[in-house]
Amino acid sequence: MLEIKDLHAGFDGNEIVKGISLTINKGEIHAVMGPNGSGKSTLAKILSGHPSYEATSGEILFEGKNLLEMEAEKRSLAGIFMGFQYPVEVPGVNNAEFLRMAHNARRVSAGEEEIDPLDFDDLLSEKMKTLGMEKKYKERNLNDGFSGGEKKKNEILQMAILEPKLSILDETDSGLDIDALRVVAEGVNKLRTENNALILITHYQRLLDYIKPDFVHVLSNGKIVKSGDKALALELESQGYDWVTTAN
Amino acid sequence: MSNEQDSVSDILEDNTYKYGFTTDVESETFAKGLNEDVIRAISKKKEEPQFMLDFRLKAFAKWKTMKEPEWPNVHYPKIDFQNISYYSAPKQKKKLQSLDEVDPEVMRTFEKLGIPLDEQKKLANVAVDAVFDSVSVATTHKKKLMEVGIIFCPISEALKEYPELVEEYLGTVVPVGDNYYAALNSAVFTDGSFVYIPPDTISPMEISTYFRINTEETGQFERTLIICAENSYVSYLEGCTAPQFDTNQLHAAVVELVTMENAEIKYSTVQNWYAGDKETGKGGIYNFVTKRGKCQGDNSKISWTQVETGSAITWKYPSCILQGDNTTGEFYSVALTNGHMQADTGTKMIHLGKNTRSSIISKGISADYSSNSYRGQVKVGKNASNARNYSQCDSMLVGDKCSAHTFPYIETANSSVQVEHEAATSKISEEQLFYFESRGISRENAIEAVISGFCKEVFKQLPMEFAVEAQKLLTLKLEDSVG
Ligand SMILES: Nc1ncnc2c1ncn2[C@@H]1O[C@H](COP(=O)(O)OP(=O)(O)OP(=O)(O)O)[C@@H](O)[C@H]1O
Ligand SMILES: [Mg+2]
Repeated sequence: MLEIKDLHAGFDGNEIVKGISLTINKGEIHAVMGPNGSGKSTLAKILSGHPSYEATSGEILFEGKNLLEMEAEKRSLAGIFMGFQYPVEVPGVNNAEFLRMAHNARRVSAGEEEIDPLDFDDLLSEKMKTLGMEKKYKERNLNDGFSGGEKKKNEILQMAILEPKLSILDETDSGLDIDALRVVAEGVNKLRTENNALILITHYQRLLDYIKPDFVHVLSNGKIVKSGDKALALELESQGYDWVTTAN
Repeated sequence: MSNEQDSVSDILEDNTYKYGFTTDVESETFAKGLNEDVIRAISKKKEEPQFMLDFRLKAFAKWKTMKEPEWPNVHYPKIDFQNISYYSAPKQKKKLQSLDEVDPEVMRTFEKLGIPLDEQKKLANVAVDAVFDSVSVATTHKKKLMEVGIIFCPISEALKEYPELVEEYLGTVVPVGDNYYAALNSAVFTDGSFVYIPPDTISPMEISTYFRINTEETGQFERTLIICAENSYVSYLEGCTAPQFDTNQLHAAVVELVTMENAEIKYSTVQNWYAGDKETGKGGIYNFVTKRGKCQGDNSKISWTQVETGSAITWKYPSCILQGDNTTGEFYSVALTNGHMQADTGTKMIHLGKNTRSSIISKGISADYSSNSYRGQVKVGKNASNARNYSQCDSMLVGDKCSAHTFPYIETANSSVQVEHEAATSKISEEQLFYFESRGISRENAIEAVISGFCKEVFKQLPMEFAVEAQKLLTLKLEDSVG
């Protein structure tokens, strides 16, 4: 599904991602861990097409298409979803309307008609219920004044509405309380199918107890310094990053 | 960072001005210049009663002693008032008996502007007075309104048919010497709309005037007078466009509103005069307008809503004099400036009666090299006990070469008054737009959503048809440059 080949990338000439290769197949869950500032969010933003970040060399293929040539909007329509570490606040834009716009953009690009607003409301209510979200999320403005945890839940709500093929969740777990973490993780698990894939960026084993990764990668200073299965995450939890980053 | 912002401001770029065409009609235009003879000639041309000529001459005498105001935060070369023609009208037979006699080119112009005037196509629930340069060329639904006693006609006609009504109210809200441009208007105005709503009448439809400047070197000085008697209500809409010229045209209008006891006037404007060349700033309309309403009777209400998207320079402060007890004044404004546009706009709320209320919601959007100032005055007289005002002035900046300013003035002579002022400045950030795009939403739709979200409180005050038009207009200003 996704193939990253020797990717170098950064912003304003600063190289942050320094040669990453990674292949992700349908149905797989990959966890990406690593110390603060190692380049995890940068990698995620490159994948989602953030205009401030630039790939200087290497290649990214998504279902065989050259992802680096696609605009962020097209990448999303192709089935890539990014759950942001710090979702931006957009005052004045109603959350439910934003979700409907996003949903309709999908439909229109697939040659379908826009959804009836009442049908969408039903769909939204149902998705919100599975994520244990209160009704007020519909009326409020997009992330405006949301608490850290509320923003993260709202990201997952968007994921649930858009049903992407590949989701990149950047520290979705941080900021969530214990109960919310469980509900959100269950929600993410429900969205899993054989045909979609997940990249989980996280610092904590906690999340991986709920969403079991097939692979764990450790990113340090812009490179993947170690890959393994879920046992690797447990090892990191008890020993810290030092043993992988210095051993390298 | 500045690059990033530039790309946002590109999106707010004006597409080519859609209404910039001129219509080739035979017109009768006075030679340029201004003196008493010109004023007498205008009055004669319009076959006006004596009081009107006296009014004009008094205003002219006053104007000659006045100076152009320098306090607005706008900059432009001195206007040569002798280089303007003060009367231009499409040539026509003596008196129009029906719409069929209007120059078909003029009719076509309005149709092109989305205001069909002829009987078959006219808008069903909006009565329109169409003003072309200095004269009103057509008024629709007149008969239907007359059936409920509503007078809606060009002011030139009202001067002939209802001179006492005009004489009683004209200049009572904006006196002839009120300010430089109002004095000029009072001396030379040529047409505009007159509306009288009799007591106990809810207007069965929206009433509107559409102004079109066509000739290059004429000024447009229209005069609107709306009187709403006891227990009555009217919603009035005003729209305007002008062709694209390299020179600047002067538009100095005066609008006066009067409400009697329990009456309400809702006055909405969507202003889209030509704003000048986006790159060079050349050309465009100087929009120097005096709009004021007087809540004369107790419990009456005047509400101004404006969406200002055009003009090279806008100088405009729709105001309310809250004279009666328990009266309410409202001002809702969206002002978008881009290119080299300059806007200095806001309102004045003068509280004189007891328990008077006013609210001000102003939203300024500035992009490119434009300058956008809000200027608002809240003045509370000593008898206005329990007066209340709430003001909220928000600015949105697009790019880092534009500017936004807020000048609130608050004066109270009564201690039982509550005045609240809030102001906020925000930016459309690249990060916000990226967020939308990362959800598959186009940049264009993202900007539309953010802008209309910012303007929501104002848009919801507009009558349906107008809200849709205003929304479209803002989007249009942003659209073409996207993608
Ligand atoms: N737009 C930017 N401006 C300045 N520095 C940046 C920018 N983007 C990334 N960086 C820098 O690049 C490095 C990698 O940042 P990144 O956000 O990818 O780290 P991370 O692995 O996600 O860290 P964390 O675990 O703290 O989220 C950091 O040193 C960060 O300061
Ligand atoms: Mg990060």
